[in-house]
Amino acid sequence: MQSLNRKLLRDLWRIKGQALAISLVIGVGVLMLIAYLSNFNSLRSTRDSYYERQRFGHVFASLKRAPLALSNRISAIPGVAQAETRVVVDVNLDVAGLAEPATGRLVSIPEHKREIVNDVVLVRGRYIEPGRSDEVIASKGFVDANGLNPGDTVRAILNGRRRDLEIVGVGLSPEYVYTIRPGELIPDNTRFGVFWMGRRALAAAFDMEGGFNDVSLLLRPGAQTEEVIQSLDELLRPYGGWGAIPRDLQLSHWSVQNELNGIQVAGVIIPMVFLGVAAFLLHVVLHRIVAVQREQIATLKALGYPQRSIALHYTYWALAISLTGTLLGTVCGGLLGRGLLSMYNEFFRFPVLEYQLDPAVVAAAVLVGIAAAVFGAHSSVRRAVRLQPAEAMRPEPPAVYAASIVERFGLKRLLSQPARIILRNIERQPLRSAITIGGVAMSLAVLIVGMFAIDSLDAMMDMEFRIAQRQDLQLTFTEPISPDGVYSLHRLPGTIMAEPMLSVPVRLRFGQRSRQLSIVGLTESPRLFRIVDVETLRPVDLAHDGLVLGERLAHVLGVQPGDLITAEVLIGNRPVQQLAVTSTVRQHMGLFAYMNIDAVRRLLKQDKTLSGGYLRVDAQALPAMFEAIKATPAIAGSGLKAAALQSFEETFAANMGIMIFFNVLFASIIAFGVVYNAARVSLAERSRELASLRVMGFTRKEISAILLGELGILTLLALPLGLLIGYGLASLLTKAMETELYAMPFSAVPSTYATCALTVLAATLVSGLIVRRKLDHLDLLEVLKAKE
Amino acid sequence: MTETVHDPARPVSAADGLAGKDIVFEANNVTKRYDMGAVAVNALRGVTLSIRASEFLVLLGPSGSGKSTLLNILGGLDVPTSGTVTYRGRDLSGADDATRTAYRRNHVGFVFQFYNLIPSLTARENVSLVTEIVRDPMPPKEALEIVGLGERMNHFPAQLSGGEQQRVAIARAISKRPDVLLCDEPTGALDISTGVVVLEAIERINRELGTATAVITHNAAVASIADRVVQLSDGLIVANRGNSEKIAARDLTW
Repeated sequence: MQSLNRKLLRDLWRIKGQALAISLVIGVGVLMLIAYLSNFNSLRSTRDSYYERQRFGHVFASLKRAPLALSNRISAIPGVAQAETRVVVDVNLDVAGLAEPATGRLVSIPEHKREIVNDVVLVRGRYIEPGRSDEVIASKGFVDANGLNPGDTVRAILNGRRRDLEIVGVGLSPEYVYTIRPGELIPDNTRFGVFWMGRRALAAAFDMEGGFNDVSLLLRPGAQTEEVIQSLDELLRPYGGWGAIPRDLQLSHWSVQNELNGIQVAGVIIPMVFLGVAAFLLHVVLHRIVAVQREQIATLKALGYPQRSIALHYTYWALAISLTGTLLGTVCGGLLGRGLLSMYNEFFRFPVLEYQLDPAVVAAAVLVGIAAAVFGAHSSVRRAVRLQPAEAMRPEPPAVYAASIVERFGLKRLLSQPARIILRNIERQPLRSAITIGGVAMSLAVLIVGMFAIDSLDAMMDMEFRIAQRQDLQLTFTEPISPDGVYSLHRLPGTIMAEPMLSVPVRLRFGQRSRQLSIVGLTESPRLFRIVDVETLRPVDLAHDGLVLGERLAHVLGVQPGDLITAEVLIGNRPVQQLAVTSTVRQHMGLFAYMNIDAVRRLLKQDKTLSGGYLRVDAQALPAMFEAIKATPAIAGSGLKAAALQSFEETFAANMGIMIFFNVLFASIIAFGVVYNAARVSLAERSRELASLRVMGFTRKEISAILLGELGILTLLALPLGLLIGYGLASLLTKAMETELYAMPFSAVPSTYATCALTVLAATLVSGLIVRRKLDHLDLLEVLKAKE
Repeated sequence: MTETVHDPARPVSAADGLAGKDIVFEANNVTKRYDMGAVAVNALRGVTLSIRASEFLVLLGPSGSGKSTLLNILGGLDVPTSGTVTYRGRDLSGADDATRTAYRRNHVGFVFQFYNLIPSLTARENVSLVTEIVRDPMPPKEALEIVGLGERMNHFPAQLSGGEQQRVAIARAISKRPDVLLCDEPTGALDISTGVVVLEAIERINRELGTATAVITHNAAVASIADRVVQLSDGLIVANRGNSEKIAARDLTW
């Protein structure tokens, strides 16, 4: 069998360009598969062991205030392994070097270190010392973003009093892997930080001595989460419980989980496109090889080689090409995967995010590579096996050609002789033409899939921050305040325009489904914080008493406009009321419910209260505004739109360029692989014909036009198809990656389509030029002498 | 040379010469019909023939007379439409593909008009292609030396002349020490002097190894080196005669 293998290697070397082009396509597919799935595995296993080690809770609940004694009853709920009661408060921070106020979440920890639920990992510095009421451990993201170190202080406004908190340690918690201020859409580490502070000091500052306002539960294996939540809710209801949530809905966990799902979807769908295209390329090339080696196959059979050896020989062709690609893809996938993981390190905070390339992932990649090879080789191998040796010894009869459709429609006279050759050739091999068209179309589709994400993100940000939200600043009060609060908003220095907002935590229930969130009460037709339907681009007004639900929320609850849903208010007297859903509004991000602010007030039976507001501020007056906010204890937090946008752009812009680079590279590899192979196969099949034309006096240019003209026509046919497939694939991917948090809009701008199409054309052109060079060096005599 | 017109329906018997030798092939009333779409071609229309061990047979006839079809059937590359073919008493006509593959592998050496070398393998490797899969082969080098190519065994087919390529093909065919050597127009693509060299190689193998040899040719001159000449025309044997004036290949002229 050695001689056959030697033949294989030498034959492969002869078509190395084509083989490499296909290997690269497979390589990219495998690379994506490896990069995505290894990231999926690394993130998941890091997360799981982190959760396990730090005892990340299974159930979370907030409440107004309950006596500590209640914690025994909570611990006694069947299934509860450990109950951790805490004090958790959001405060305004004054960070050195930051003009605008930041938000700090203060979370109580025991003075004496013990194993708690949601335990903090100390990455630097030390644990707080008992009795030192101003010591805190600060979250790593915040410390890094603000250039702080242990020993530095942060000024916080605790219950109206300014306090300097000394950072003694830097920590991480499984609760804040994804650290985002509630109600915000993008993380901002500069302006939001978590601070773990001694229980006694924190309780003292907020009149929480002997009490708690937050609890996390660790459950025993096999415990029924739903039942535990029900029992917990019953215990907490008298104490202003907001309703417990399972781990699945915990903001950080849920964000990580959504990302994991996204990686998994992308890691399966995108590689399949590449491997599918590669299988087709293998099909074309092997078909040609088997045709060319017809007599060699017959000879091997005459020499007594059994069918199995022949089948294996041609299967090895495909396998050699595919496994080269798989090897290349695995190595590069490992490298890229590592890089990708360090990108995740910017969004998700783990103590150590270790890259691991699971052998199972590599095995999967190899299997998929083999599958592509076998799939691509299948029909050619069958042809080789079925070849009758006695018959194959005779040269193949001339191919059957017919007048092309265009000619049959009577347009014959319009076509030159070369044009007829092109058209007849395309038509004679409809399958191969289709594969070329399909392959080029797929390369365009892949490019669009990669690029549309950028447009979509742009569209999403544009929609949220430029079209819908037109405020400069958003303020929230520590508690709903009295009507004159509106005036206090107006009194803040630099306010040009102010709009009140009243948000109320509720549990919305419809049939079996329920969700906890805040109903946002706004004025009848807000001019700053507007609710805009992303498809009609029309702002929605809140003229009626009913609820306007974000479409995703409506979907989660299974309600339609006109339905009545139960709203259970989670604060104050906890009124329960039926509310009519008046309309739904399509939004990109978040789960939202809106209502006229007066209706919310009626729901609360509180007149004229507000819990925050939206401001348009004179840019000149911003520093004064910030000073005033920092000096106002009633203001719990402020969001500066420009800052949020800037932080978003800083995080994403760096990654965007890398993303575009790889998208273009990968798509070009497919386009190049397809066109180059198509051209080489055509050239090989028709070199005799083309050489004959040269002998007759056709110029190089003219014969190039015949060969490349065919490719040109196929590419042009492929472009619209590619746009369609890209559109379909992108919307499929958007759908598959849609989460409760956001639905990426599918919005590629025409210029993106044009850029993608031009990129594919360029890749086509390059491969065309390479083949053209071959054509220019066509040795006429050699070609004509050789027996085909 | 004596010309005796032979009745194609009568099997060749020991009386035809070379008496006492084993019969290697026996073809009995073999027909072969190809369906080429609308038309059917009767390539063989009832051929009866025997070939004995060590015999050097030349099959003569114009193109389309059925020579190659007969050779392919004897070599197990094809099966007859009707009639029987046996190789040392074993039936080939009804054998399945695996049986015929094993038969080719173990007993038959083929030489084709267009050499059919694997272009990506050197002369020696082309021979190894066979020696790797058979029992008791001769070393590739030895086979190449027999055809006078010991010096050029590391050349690729493209680096060899037509005659040299054909001699590699012969070396490849004989390296398995075949029981029969079947050559289809081995000199068809060669000039006289090269053709003579190739025929000399075949002749030598027949003589020295005692391999039953059948050579197809449309060149009547080649017939004079045979022990027996069978002439085909239009799918029938029209003559089957012993050659009493056998000459050596090097004395051939055409």
